[in-house]
Amino acid sequence: MTAAVLMPASVDEAVDMLNSSPGARILAGGTDYMVEVNYGHAKPKSVVSLRALDALRVWRRDGDTLELGSGIRFADIQTSELAKLVPALAQAARTIGSPQIRNAATIGGNVATASPAGDGLPVLFAMEAVVNVAGVHGRRALPINEFITGVKRTALGPGELIVSISVPVASGPQEFLKVGRRNAMVIALANLALIVDGDRRKVACALGSVGPTIIRCDEAEGLVARKVNWDRMRLDDPQVYQDFGELCANSARPINDHRATADYRRHAIAVLASRALMRTL
Amino acid sequence: MDEQISFTLNVNGHKHEIQSAWLGESLLFVLRERLNLWGTKNACEQGECGSCSVLIDGRLCCSCLEMAAAAVGTDILTIEGLAPNGDLSDIQEAFVEEGGVQCGFCTPGMVVAVHDLLEANPSPSSLEIREALSGNLCRCTGYGRIEAAVRRVVEARHG
Repeated sequence: MTAAVLMPASVDEAVDMLNSSPGARILAGGTDYMVEVNYGHAKPKSVVSLRALDALRVWRRDGDTLELGSGIRFADIQTSELAKLVPALAQAARTIGSPQIRNAATIGGNVATASPAGDGLPVLFAMEAVVNVAGVHGRRALPINEFITGVKRTALGPGELIVSISVPVASGPQEFLKVGRRNAMVIALANLALIVDGDRRKVACALGSVGPTIIRCDEAEGLVARKVNWDRMRLDDPQVYQDFGELCANSARPINDHRATADYRRHAIAVLASRALMRTL
Repeated sequence: MDEQISFTLNVNGHKHEIQSAWLGESLLFVLRERLNLWGTKNACEQGECGSCSVLIDGRLCCSCLEMAAAAVGTDILTIEGLAPNGDLSDIQEAFVEEGGVQCGFCTPGMVVAVHDLLEANPSPSSLEIREALSGNLCRCTGYGRIEAAVRRVVEARHG
């Protein structure tokens, strides 16, 4: 393989290039991959850069579905009209890295990297996002919980490219919360997204950094869905806030590592979950 | 032996031929080691410290996280391009006046980040200044004097 940076101008061209250069690395914002390269952990032989692929940086709303181009950068999610349509994703975007990182890092890169601590991921899991992938045999769509299969592992096949991510536009309040050692430039010790969908009368909560992949809190979600007064979009029983936090913490499967202990992470989830619920219902 | 590549970068309005580079070289490495633009500093090489901040097509970025060969076709602006001819920009002068420069290592990245902030938001609040500089670490000043320098620029520009 010839060492080169290939710059496709269309999705079809990108797929062709990926298939004619097996082993070529897809480069989006580079904020994860270049760290590996700088530290000698990865050695690109050939790269398909998505920089010129403007088609991946657009979004469109079709009824209740929002399709986000995989190349949309977090800085743009934070500030654009998107912030009104998916407020939890905008909140998550604002906590990612620093202004410099958010100007480069993309939503598609966040999904493809599949870090257990990826800040966009709890929101996408809670919204039951669908990952739209293009390959030489055409397009396929996978629910995000099937696309991300493990720590930094995905179902993306050789020669495939994430084109977009589809999420529903929900009518209710949303919240994203994160704990780390400081506010900026921090890898989450625990993060959490809570989506209340008034139209579908659904509550969804997803936890990050407390398991190999993002964890949904089925039991806690069910409790709130039963207790909420959907006509007023309020919780009448204050005990639910605490119970919700405890049930979410029970769903977490954290580990001890150099960033935090499992106990601390579990406690953080209980606090974040209660707080998120108080802010939304 | 790694296969070598050649490409052209547009830095501070000038085209530069980069020859016999390795594919994985960061823009930071190319700026410092191949183009002798030493104003852009190298510290963490993982986007944590902001000392390598440059503008790529007008967007504030960490040059350590840009693959140089993938920056072909972009307009790259470094600290050297912000105040050509060896002059100090008003931002640099304000840093000096307010004591926002101590060891000086973070200063080029800070100045580029402040330039970017004020282009987009000529009258930032204290919170907006702090958030805009949250990706730039300074181990000397405690940031108070840097924030004071930004305020000084804002006041001077508003006359």
